[in-house]
Parts: sequence; C-alpha cells; structure tokens
Amino acid sequence: MELDPLILSRIQFAFVVSFHAIFPVFTIGLASYIAVLEALSFKTGNPVWTKLSGFWTKVFAVVFGMGVVSGIVMSFQFGTNWSNFAQASANFLGPVLSYEVITAFFLEAAFLGVLLFGRDKVPAGLHLFSALMVAAGTFISSFWILAANSWMQTPAGTELRDGVFHVVSWSDALFNPSFIYRFMHMALASFLTGGFVVAGVSAWYLLRGREVEANRKALSMCLWLLLFIAPAQLVVGDFHGLNTLEHQPTKVAAMEGNWETSENVPLLLFAIPDQDSQSNLVEIGIPGLASLILTHEWDGEVPGIKDAPVAEQPPVAIVFWCFRIMVAMGVLMILFAVAGLFLRAGGRYYQNRWYLQGLRFMSFAPFIAVWTGWFVTEVGRAPWLVYGIMDQAEALTPSLTGGMALFTLIGYIVVYAFVFASGVYYLMRVLFEGMEEGHEGEDEGVERPARPFSAAHVSFEYNQSGKPANEGGH
Amino acid sequence: MELFDLALIWAFIIGFGIIMYVLMDGFDLGVGILFPFARSEEERDVMMNSVAPVWDGNETWLILGGAGLLAAFPMVYSIFLPALYIGVFLLLAGLIFRGVAFEFRFKARSSRYLWNWAFAGGSTVAAFAQGAVVGAYIQGFETSGGVYVGGPLDWLTPFVVVTGLGMLAGYALLGSTWLIMKTEGDLQEWAYRITTPLLIAVLVIFGIISVWTPFVDDMVRERWFSNLSIIWVLPVLTLLCALQIWRSVRNRSEGMPFVATMGLFITTYLGLVVSRWPYVVPPEYTLWEAASAYESQLFLLLGLLFVIPIVLTYTAWTYWVFRGKVRAGEGYH
Ligand code: HDD
Ligand code: HEM
Ligand code: HEM
Repeated sequence: MELDPLILSRIQFAFVVSFHAIFPVFTIGLASYIAVLEALSFKTGNPVWTKLSGFWTKVFAVVFGMGVVSGIVMSFQFGTNWSNFAQASANFLGPVLSYEVITAFFLEAAFLGVLLFGRDKVPAGLHLFSALMVAAGTFISSFWILAANSWMQTPAGTELRDGVFHVVSWSDALFNPSFIYRFMHMALASFLTGGFVVAGVSAWYLLRGREVEANRKALSMCLWLLLFIAPAQLVVGDFHGLNTLEHQPTKVAAMEGNWETSENVPLLLFAIPDQDSQSNLVEIGIPGLASLILTHEWDGEVPGIKDAPVAEQPPVAIVFWCFRIMVAMGVLMILFAVAGLFLRAGGRYYQNRWYLQGLRFMSFAPFIAVWTGWFVTEVGRAPWLVYGIMDQAEALTPSLTGGMALFTLIGYIVVYAFVFASGVYYLMRVLFEGMEEGHEGEDEGVERPARPFSAAHVSFEYNQSGKPANEGGH
Repeated sequence: MELFDLALIWAFIIGFGIIMYVLMDGFDLGVGILFPFARSEEERDVMMNSVAPVWDGNETWLILGGAGLLAAFPMVYSIFLPALYIGVFLLLAGLIFRGVAFEFRFKARSSRYLWNWAFAGGSTVAAFAQGAVVGAYIQGFETSGGVYVGGPLDWLTPFVVVTGLGMLAGYALLGSTWLIMKTEGDLQEWAYRITTPLLIAVLVIFGIISVWTPFVDDMVRERWFSNLSIIWVLPVLTLLCALQIWRSVRNRSEGMPFVATMGLFITTYLGLVVSRWPYVVPPEYTLWEAASAYESQLFLLLGLLFVIPIVLTYTAWTYWVFRGKVRAGEGYH
C-alpha cells in the first residue's frame, strides 16, 4: 500500500495544532481572569481575591508551560512538512510568526517571572502591572497568529510574483477581511474557556464543601461574565458566518449541508452528507431558517456545495457536523449562563447540586467548541491552503515520503502522549490540592525565574497513603 | 530603494543567535549528557540545579533562530528542515523530553528515575542531532530550483555521524567545565577528573572532522589550501584554547576551563563560517539568494532591535541572580 504523504501531513498538522490550540485559549482567558483578581485584591485588600489569584496562577503556570512546549513543535512544522508553502509565504508569514514568538518571549522575560514568583518580593502595584501585561501579551500573541491564519483564509495585501508572495500592504495583509471576526470570536472563545473552567472547578469545590467563600465568589463572578459573553459569542459567530459567506461561500454551503444553490433553504438539524452522491442521504430541517439566518430573508438564496467542482469541495460531513457541535456547545453555554441568573434568587446557584454537577461537565464544553470550531474553519477551507491561490498538494514538501511522514506522525503522538499525560495528570494534582493553605512547606527554597511549572508547589505523586495531600480535614 | 544590505545584517543576527545558542544551551545539554555518569542522586540534584534557572532562557535562542530563519532566509528554512526531516523530529523530541524532566523531576519521588532518563536521553539525542545539522551543512544539499530534491536519509553519512559525536563530546566538555565553575567538593573533583579525557576526545574528533572536511567538499579545500591565508589563525587559536583548558584544569583554576572551552567553540565556529561563507545552502545558494524580500526583512528587524537588548539584559540579570556555587540540598525548585 502506498502511503500518501499529503494525507499523513494533514493528520500530523491537525494533531499537533489541535494539541497546541487548547492550551493558549485557556491561558488567554485565565490570564485576564487573574489580572481582574489581582486588580480586585489590590483595590479592596480582601484576602479572598489574593487567595483565588494565587491558586489560579498556579494552574496558569502549568497550562502555560504546556502551551510553550507544544508551540515549539508548531514553528518547525511549516518547514518540515509544508516547505513549499513556507518558501512561498515566508515574506508575510515569516515576520508575523516571528512576532508571535517575540511577543511570547518578551512576556516571559519581563513579566511572567514577576507574576509567578514576585507576590511578596515586589511592590503590589508592580505585581498588578505584571498581571495586566501578561494578559495583554497573550492577546498580542494571538493577534499575530490569527492574522497569519486569517490571511490564509482570506488573502489580501499580497501579490504573487514567480511563485512567491510579496507584501504590498502590511495593513491590508494583517487586517485582512476575516481577521477582525476571527479575532473577536477567538477572544470570546478564550474568555468562555477561562470562565467555564473556573466555574466548573469552583462548582466542584463547592460540591465538596471546600473553601466555600472563595469559590462562591469565583463562581458568582464567572456567571456574571458568562451571562454577557455567551450570547455575545452567538452574535459574533453570526457575523463571522456572514463574512465567510461572502469570501468562502463553499465553506458555508458545507456548514449548512446545502448541495444546490437555492432559495428558501432549510436549517438542517440532522443530515448524513454524502460526497459520492453529492447529496444528503437523510435530512431533517426547519424550512427556510438557513436562508433567514444567512440572508435575513425567508426566501434568500444560499450557495450550494456543487457550485465548486468536486475536486475543490471540502469534506462536507466533517464541516457539517463540527459546525453543529460547536453551535450546540454555544447554545448550552447560553442556557447555563441564563440558568445561573435565575438561580441567583436565594443563592441557589451555589447550592443546587444538579446545577453544580452540570457546571462541572461544562468545563469541557469550551474545549470541544474550540476544537470543532477550528475543524470547521480549517477543513472547510480544504483543498486550499491559501484560499483560492495555493492548495494543500502544492504546499507539501516535495521530498517528503509517506514513510517519513508516518514515522514522525507516530513519533509526535508518542511524545505528546507521554508529555501531556504527565502534564494533565499534574494539573489534576494541583486542582486536588486546592487553595487551602499550609501544604507547601516541603518545597520552600529560592525560586527560579520564569519557570512556569515551578510556580506550582505540588508534589508529582500522591502521598504514601495514596490520598491527595489535601483530602479530608476541610 | 535599499539603503542597507539587510541580508548581510540578518546573516550577522542569525549567526550571533546560533553561537549564543550553542554556547548557552551547550553547557546545559552537556550537563544532561553527563547526567547518567554522576555517582549519586544527590550529585544529580546539584547538577540539575546548576542549570535549572537558566536553561529555558537558553533555549529561547533556538526558537528565535527558527522563526528568524523563516522570516529572513526562507530558503534555508525550507531546505534544511525537509532535508533533515528525521533529525529535526529527534531534536524536538529530545528537547521536549528534557524540558519536561526539568519541571517534574524535582516534584517526583518514586518516578524520579524516569525523569532522569528523560533528561539524559533527551539531552543526548538533541546534542547529537545538532551536530548532525552542522555536518549536513558542511556536506551540502541536493537542490533544484531552490527546493530540496534529495532523499530522506541522504544526510545520514559517516561524516555526519562523526560531527554528531563531535557535538556530543564538545557539549559534554562545556558541561564538565561549567560544573567545575558552579560546584564544589566531590562533584567538582569529579568534573576536574573527567575534563581532561573529554578534552582529548574533543580534540581527536574535531581533528578528524577538520581533516575530513576538505575531502567532503572542493570549495572548502580550495579556501583553506589554495594559498596560505589569514584564516589559519583560527585553528591556531583553537589549539591555544585547548592548551589553556588543559593548563587551567591542572592549576585547579575554577572559571578558566569554562571560558577557554567557550573560546574553543567560538574559534571552531568561526572556522566553519569562513569555510562556507557566503553560502548558506551549500553548494548552491548564497545568503543573498536565500534572503526574503527587503521589506519583510525590514519589518521584522524593527521589532527585533527592540527585543534583543531586552532579552540580553534579562539573560544577564538571570545569570547574575544565580551566580556563585550551587550546594547540595539548596534547590531552586
Ligand atoms: C489564539 C492563540 C494562538 C494560536 C492559534 C496559536 N498560538 Fe502559539 N501560542 C500562543 C497563542 C496561540 C500563546 C498564548 O501566546 C502562547 C501559549 C504559551 C505561550 O508562551 O504563548 C503560544 C506559544 C507558542 C510558542 C512558544 C513560544 C515560547 O517559547 O514562549 C510558539 C513557537 C508558538 N506558539 C507558535 C505557534 C504556531 C506556529 C501556531 C499555528 C500554527 C500557533 N502558535 C497557534
Ligand atoms: C490554533 C488553532 C488551530 C487549529 C485548532 C487548527 C486546526 C487545523 C486542522 C484540524 C487542520 C486540518 C484540516 C484538514 O486536514 O482538512 C488544519 C490545517 C492547517 N492549518 Fe490550522 N488550525 C489552527 C491554527 C492555524 C494557524 C494559526 C495556521 C497558520 C498560521 C494554520 C495553518 C494550517 C495549515 C498550514 C494547515 C494545512 C494542513 C492541512 O490542511 O491539513 N492553522 N488546521
Ligand atoms: C453560539 C454560536 C456560534 C456560532 C454561530 C459560531 C460561528 C462560527 C463560524 C461561522 C465559524 C467559522 C468561520 C470561518 O471559518 O470562516 C466559527 C469558527 C470558530 N468558532 Fe464558533 N460559533 C459559535 C460558538 C462558538 C463557541 C461557543 C466557541 C468556543 C468557545 C467557538 C469557537 C470557534 C473557533 C475556535 C473557531 C475557529 C476560528 C475562527 O475561525 O474564528 N464558537 N464559529
């Protein structure tokens, strides 16, 4: 059997980037949350804020560390597997990706160390400033990377000469037509991720009766935030989709599962899209709704997948279903946020066990939404890499053989499985340990600067008794 | 309108980044290479602690170099990485394993031996892979129209295996002289003892490489042997550095062995640079041919000029904060 280097490289890229992506979205949201907690602690002097901030900073440290490790692999992927693409797009992507790395460095060098280790060593104002800078830095970092990705979706500001892109306008290229929607959608996704994880973890502590006061405050804060941003994500997502309709109609057609360009198109709730027959095998939908959403008229015209030649169609089923999963997650998030508002009467939001259990599970929802959202965006772009200009096959490293690609694919899976199993396991240990004081004794000593994980003083293993150090007693 | 030869400026920046990386990550990789040979778990604690505060700052130079290459010399990036495909993977995997080992070893008890292996294995693989990159660079690449057209394992020649081993030995030497400087007592004693054999190993392997290189490539031979030029100063300086290492180890000097080892690396590096200058993708392309567009180089240069001083200051500050001897039981963890 002939191994296809193209498909293997795609799987490999999807694997490493999906791994990487979940860490940044979480750190971006969490960094802003920590900055808010620091500001509250600075203003009110209430030790609850300091305690919360201290705890979430530990979590931040671990997740950030994993983001860095997985990011390093990303920056070499372009060269190893997509060297034609790297060569062609370097004039734009090179500086942009370098700026991302530079931002991350700058952050790490100047402010991260102070945020993680400086609480008692620098003036409170400076500590707060560092927290704000770290939060701002994560956004600057995502600015660059999303500009890069958006340019690949909706290229602008560049000119192809002899097979190489040349930048004619940096501002057009950076602020290309889909950038602002993607940036807002990602920013909200990050806040939703931070919000639902903090809410879920607080709910879990509340269920166990641990540190009730602090966790109640944290939960209440999150629920207020989510009440606004969960619906906002729906609105931004809608605009994002309308913009995509204009620039990448085939992708939207795939999201809708609509094969023929037609009017009065139903919103499909369920369908089995079939690429071979170029139709849906089964479909259940609400008449006219897709037309209404996309054109704001019941009988508006919606483009069909068949407008593109078969060779230029994305894998429809993946796009169709991932889109539904993302939106379902978004709607669930809205429901939970609104339910929180109703449960406020009588403080039930932090006592109702059903609600708290539900929130626990909702901490996974944003990750699922982020993954499926990226799958929609990226798979829906196929077969293009730079939309309408360069396709995936052209972009592939010419000398790459299927065997090599398979070797490294398996390699990355093994390395990541080992590393991230340890990382996630350790994160769980930090969460088990919780924010109660007095369990850090054994690890005192001089701190190392900018060592993300070292900010979390939790032992790697359980204690001799086989129980987490903090269980019971509280 | 091109006011400056930006490609040349970028060549200096990246050249500087590479040697910074080699010197700084070199000694902490070296400590990792020596790790399995340490005689007790306590000594391993001290060894790891001696590099723990600085290693990730050291590695930032590699990432900066990678991203900088894509931006400034995309051809180098898009030929080296495919040509060294498996090597790059091993390098990254090695660096990831050791990075994680740094984080978790101090927090682990029963699983500590696992992290010891991750640290030592990761360091060794990464060092070897870097040596292989150097060897592959000297060998040159089979290209056509700016694209790599050779096979996936073309780089893996006996010559490259020797350069890989050379890098291992060289980094181990940097590691042992670093330990002389940063530790005391039994561990320092041990470091003194292994330094001389390591030095001999380095000289032998570097010697083999130097004799072999001119046969690998005509251009290099021409450059060194066509007429006696000023560049012969470099190997002489290298030998002087080696002599200095040997003498200072005998005199029990604490800082000099490390400084002289850095000297040895710098002169060897310069020797390598002059052998191939101005070819960045031998044997075909010079740095000007491999460069990206002028405006792209300029765009990034502006940001970099702002950030490099900060990174340098921060680096200096970290080394200053953690100056002095590392003692047993006094972790930075
Ligand atoms: C929306 C945000 C986002 C997205 C889509 C990506 N990244 Fe990222 N990346 C970050 C946001 C981020 C971050 C928040 O800025 C990180 C996380 C931890 C850190 O240090 O910075 C980071 C780290 C990080 C690092 C490590 C920097 C360091 O050592 O400090 C590299 C090299 C990359 N990324 C490269 C990439 C590449 C090549 C990507 C895509 C193909 C990518 N990232 C997608
Ligand atoms: C961090 C969030 C991201 C995620 C989760 C993500 C996800 C994915 C997925 C799942 C694919 C596979 C599509 C397919 O095979 O059909 C893909 C393809 C690709 N993406 Fe992204 N992506 C992200 C960001 C980016 C960014 C920022 C860039 C570029 C700067 C990028 C460049 C690419 C490239 C080069 C491919 C081609 C390989 C391919 O088509 O499979 N991605 N991405
Ligand atoms: C609630 C309704 C939502 C709608 C209508 C919506 C809409 C969209 C659309 C149309 C795209 C594809 C854009 C394109 O490729 O051109 C997209 C992508 C994406 N969505 Fe959503 N979304 C929603 C909820 C969410 C939620 C709750 C999250 C995460 C917490 C999320 C995360 C993402 C991500 C990460 C992407 C890929 C990056 C991008 O293109 O922006 N979405 N969304």
